[in-house]
Amino acid sequence: MFQIRIHGRGGQGVVTAAELLSVAAFQDKQHAQAFPSFGSERTGAPVVSFCRISVDPIRLREPVLEPDAILIQDPTLLHSIDVFAGAKSDGYMLINTTKSFADLGIEEFVANRPKERNLIVPASDIAMKHVGRPMPNAALLGGFAAATQKVTLESVVAAIEERFPAKIAAGNVAAAIEAYEFVMEELKEVSHVATN
Amino acid sequence: MLQQIEGSKAVAETIAACMPDVVCAYPISPQTHIVEALDELTRLGKIGNCQFVNVESEFSAMSVAIGASATGARTYTATASQGLLFMVEPVYNASGLGLPIVMTVANRAIGSPINIWNDQSDSMSQRDSGWIQLYAQDNQSAADLHILAFRLAEELSLPVMVCMDGFILTHAMEEIDVAEKELVTKYLPKFTPRQVLDPVDPVSIGAMVGPEAFTEVKYLGHFKQLKALEIIPELSSEFEEVFGRPAAGPDNYKGLVTKYHLEDAEVVLVALGSVLGTIKDAVDNHRKNGVKVGAMGITSFRPFPLDEVRKSLKHAQKIVVVERAFAPGIGGIVSSNIRTALSGIDIKINTVVAGLGGRPITLKSISELVDRALYGTLPDFSFMDLDVELVERELERNLLTRRSGPMAENLLKDLGTR
Repeated sequence: MFQIRIHGRGGQGVVTAAELLSVAAFQDKQHAQAFPSFGSERTGAPVVSFCRISVDPIRLREPVLEPDAILIQDPTLLHSIDVFAGAKSDGYMLINTTKSFADLGIEEFVANRPKERNLIVPASDIAMKHVGRPMPNAALLGGFAAATQKVTLESVVAAIEERFPAKIAAGNVAAAIEAYEFVMEELKEVSHVATN
Repeated sequence: MLQQIEGSKAVAETIAACMPDVVCAYPISPQTHIVEALDELTRLGKIGNCQFVNVESEFSAMSVAIGASATGARTYTATASQGLLFMVEPVYNASGLGLPIVMTVANRAIGSPINIWNDQSDSMSQRDSGWIQLYAQDNQSAADLHILAFRLAEELSLPVMVCMDGFILTHAMEEIDVAEKELVTKYLPKFTPRQVLDPVDPVSIGAMVGPEAFTEVKYLGHFKQLKALEIIPELSSEFEEVFGRPAAGPDNYKGLVTKYHLEDAEVVLVALGSVLGTIKDAVDNHRKNGVKVGAMGITSFRPFPLDEVRKSLKHAQKIVVVERAFAPGIGGIVSSNIRTALSGIDIKINTVVAGLGGRPITLKSISELVDRALYGTLPDFSFMDLDVELVERELERNLLTRRSGPMAENLLKDLGTR
């Protein structure tokens, strides 16, 4: 079972992201479960959502406590809540930012972790370009597909198209694809550095 | 069709396939998504001539449901928590009158302190209301049990509550085979009411009954509940024939109880609702280590299947009842029903109150329960993952200061200064 935790703020589509991811996994003939952290969510307040992906049917009903992947939609959350709680040492982390890990003050966290599993995705910028609003969720899902290969890009695209009206879907699909390609490039650079 | 869908939406689509004539509801978390979806399905004309009545309170929701059902309309509503409490008076009327209303309770805690998260104290408060209560172990069964509920309600002329854990199920998106309307139509015949307000053949419903017949009317309500214990297995087996899956989810037996590795189980965990999933995972983990653990879920809590529970549990050595609600001043609610079922048999029964007000019930905590039950270190009655330090601080404050202040606020302040 592969477990994902998504951090963001109310209004950023945090819950939608987990749901889309579960639909993508379902499209890929896997079993998936998506659910929000429950609370009185408001625009701007920290929000958490979860997704489980498995080859077997999922019966477990606890929050994701030890995520295999953490998606951070808003880097300003880094120092207000413990987004890395329960993080695995070889887990994935994708963060929506244009800054470096050092600028974000999380150099220490990423230092001893596999480089190809800690990735920066300028998801808000990519969303501005394609969606016209800084909605980072679809882009981060594209990045997630590239980094983990736990869902296919095709299924992420299909999930977005199923969820939104054609015009909104088109922008989000473009954002997901660009982020996917961005992360594929990022991974190439990481492996290039590693082999030299 | 198998689809990746939110629990609430699957329930709404299933209700739509049951073709109710009236849906009346007042929105309250975590039931909201169900009734919002039904409002939309009604407006889009997907439920025939169904009327959606957006009432101004839960008291009105149940009152409208009673009125609608009395005219022979197939009637549905949904609520949770304070909403259920607000409609309690007409809830009792619905069962007393024998009106086959189906209601979803999206289980949520009852205040005070105000809390919007899940536990089962709301539906548990109505266990003696005369309604049938079915508890769903997952979203597939949450959706499917509603189809069975309409059939059962209409056959017996008795209202049915389908209880599903709020948020944990209502807001979870997972794969659910939403029943096809053609199959539902095959399973659920047209509603033929036993009593109907009809201008052509006028009757009055709701007479005042004095000591001369009140006991008898109540006896008949009890009799119908017991009759349900015979009908639920029949309807369950018919459901499986039509839909190709059990109505009450995997490992379910006759729509009454869920049995998981009970054959040789020395320790059996008993629970209602979605926590059964986590418990089954814990059972598997312990079984891998050779520990003989099993689990029993209760689907039909009212009527309570005394015989089935007795048969399922009588060979166990230790029973741990995990309850998402409790009776302050005595302890377990489900446990006392289990004790009734096992009267005369000497088996150790522990009660563990868990998951109150949205506290997660983790696999780790469930696994620890099993260990403690095995080693005999589990108290008769305890609260899972209780923050003892937090409690003791407040108790100490109460001892030291007369005007110690509001309890909930004190605890939150203490948590904030940790």
